[in-house]
Amino acid sequence: MRVVKGRGFSRTVFFLTMGFLFLPLVVLIVYSFNSAKSMSWGGFSLVWYERLFLKERNVWKAFENSLIIAVSSAAVATCLGTLGAIGVNWYKFRFKKYVQAVAFLPLIMPEIIIGVSLLIFFAGIQMKLGLLTIFIAHTSFNLPFVFLMVLARLDEFDYSIIEASRDLGATERQTLFKVILPVSVPGIVSGFLTAVTLSLEDFVITFFVSGPGSTTLPLYVYSMIRFGVSPVINSLSVVLIAGTVLITLLARNFLKYIAQK
Amino acid sequence: MLHFSPPFAIIPPVPSRPATIGGKRNELKGSDVSIEGVSKSFGTFTALRDVSMVIRKGEFYSLLGPSGCGKTTLLRIIAGFDDPDGGEVSLDGTSVLNLPPNERHVNTVFQNYALFPHLTVFENVAFPLRLKKTPNATVRSRVGDYLELVQLSSHAEKMPAQLSGGQKQRVAVARALINEPSVLLLDEPLSALDAKLRQHMLIELDAIHDKIGITFIYVTHDQQEALSVSDRIAVMNAGQVLQIGTPHEIYESPATGFVAAFIGETNMFEGTVESVEGTMVAVDVTGLGRILVTEDEPPAPGSKASVVVRPEKIRIDTERPAPAKRTDINFLEGSVDEPIYSGSSTKYYVRHQSGTMLKVIKQHANWSDEGPEIEWKDKVYLSWSADDAYLLGAS
Ligand SMILES: Nc1ncnc2c1ncn2[C@@H]1O[C@H](COP(=O)(O)OP(=O)(O)OP(=O)(O)O)[C@@H](O)[C@H]1O
Ligand SMILES: [Mg+2]
Repeated sequence: MRVVKGRGFSRTVFFLTMGFLFLPLVVLIVYSFNSAKSMSWGGFSLVWYERLFLKERNVWKAFENSLIIAVSSAAVATCLGTLGAIGVNWYKFRFKKYVQAVAFLPLIMPEIIIGVSLLIFFAGIQMKLGLLTIFIAHTSFNLPFVFLMVLARLDEFDYSIIEASRDLGATERQTLFKVILPVSVPGIVSGFLTAVTLSLEDFVITFFVSGPGSTTLPLYVYSMIRFGVSPVINSLSVVLIAGTVLITLLARNFLKYIAQK
Repeated sequence: MLHFSPPFAIIPPVPSRPATIGGKRNELKGSDVSIEGVSKSFGTFTALRDVSMVIRKGEFYSLLGPSGCGKTTLLRIIAGFDDPDGGEVSLDGTSVLNLPPNERHVNTVFQNYALFPHLTVFENVAFPLRLKKTPNATVRSRVGDYLELVQLSSHAEKMPAQLSGGQKQRVAVARALINEPSVLLLDEPLSALDAKLRQHMLIELDAIHDKIGITFIYVTHDQQEALSVSDRIAVMNAGQVLQIGTPHEIYESPATGFVAAFIGETNMFEGTVESVEGTMVAVDVTGLGRILVTEDEPPAPGSKASVVVRPEKIRIDTERPAPAKRTDINFLEGSVDEPIYSGSSTKYYVRHQSGTMLKVIKQHANWSDEGPEIEWKDKVYLSWSADDAYLLGAS
């Protein structure tokens, strides 16, 4: 093995970074197996998991809401964002540059402003706050992510493959389905997964546009904390972390598989 | 050996490239392409200015010109990716300007190949057939034939990213040919390859052209490429066609100074026509004196003209050549300023006593050639025949 000078330093930085990133998670995971309710260690136990899975009905109701919204808003945002990206990439029109710049706006705008403006909007059109408004809100903030990810993927390829397709006899429609969409699949998949994640974890915007009976998981966790931190939150977090890691790994392998194909 | 049944059966094997002009080849496929007065501007910039040419059925036709002269623009107009501002493009006498690219019997080999990154080599080549919902068995045999034509049968299952530049180029050629277009457009297909591979691919392209006999329109800025394979060449500059002719015509009798300088190296001397006797023209060149040139259509005495002579037409000796009995030989003396060795030949920059520089290219000797090496500062004698030079009108 090659020995690089100053390795001690870079190693230290590496471990510090990893510690900084993961120590809180490790603490969380350890305490989810704590039998005591307080921060002192009372021995290993699965009592909080039992409580989470058997007793906390509301957690699961909130989780269900979150999932429904995440999947549906991500799906709609993916369709719209993909079409938008293809349109911007494919057609040359006058305000193309501005469209691309405007698409970035929601990414840098503070969430609280988006939340407030959506709330005002919904109040303005007198829409009852609930799952539907959350769905609309999530779709709107997910859209630019998918749009930009698909656009980035399309930018990797020379426009000439589209011309080649037309040249070889494909109509515009055939070009869309046989060249552009297949080529964008990795961008579409990562866009969709990003959208699902963002939607699942969103608190601020959801907080403004949710109504009675439409509590999502982050909102529910927040309300639980207001009555004191229950260790159930620890076990819930561990379950969520495990789920996220699993999905990420699957997605990575899927993308690799596509890239090789 | 290549053997083709379905697509190429009609064409007998051709041992070497026959002259296609004058229709000596029996089975010409492809289309006549006629371009009339085509012009194209981008904003205020004129990329093509009144371009006209007629490309004959089965011809290997090159568009040659420096970077940015509008070759790609013209090709894109023929393929249908761009519309001209004015003019007409027709295949076999029928205008194609209103047809989208997918309805023109024209296929393109793109400069960067434009292979579909998500498809294997096989599926890339099969793409046009799949669009037409061709039965699988037919697809397999046709794609097999064309992969064999470009010698890629063993790479059928690879992805484009796994291929070398030359292999990608061949996939692009096979893919563009499988539809049996009547015209194949090639946009500098070899520019990304190294010199050796370029030579090789050029020969292969030429062989493919012979085999399938359709019209090839080949864009290049490499004059060697154009000279070696083309039936005819159109030399372009700044959006205009300067000259159209066979490689021989373009090289031996360029129409303008630009063409002369662009196609190979030249010596060009400006002067005034002194006297004309039959086809023999004497030109008074500043510094060099009286230079003889034969010209079929001699200009009037007193008019300005440039004498052009190719460096390889000039003989270089270290001793004064025996006084020639011929009266049509030009003699000059000078000293070698700089010999530039380039493998099979050496180029000498020779300074005439008047200060004028002449370029001379001497092929390296074989055993039948004698004489000492010519070196730096040597006094040398230059001579060339009036037949080997030509005149360009004042420009
Ligand atoms: N879409 C466009 N918009 C503006 N200008 C363009 C466009 N396409 C081409 N041009 C200009 O037209 C001129 C001719 O371009 P073209 O691509 O035809 O050159 P070319 O002869 O193919 O050169 P090369 O050998 O470098 O490929 C260039 O000056 C180029 O800048
Ligand atoms: Mg070009």
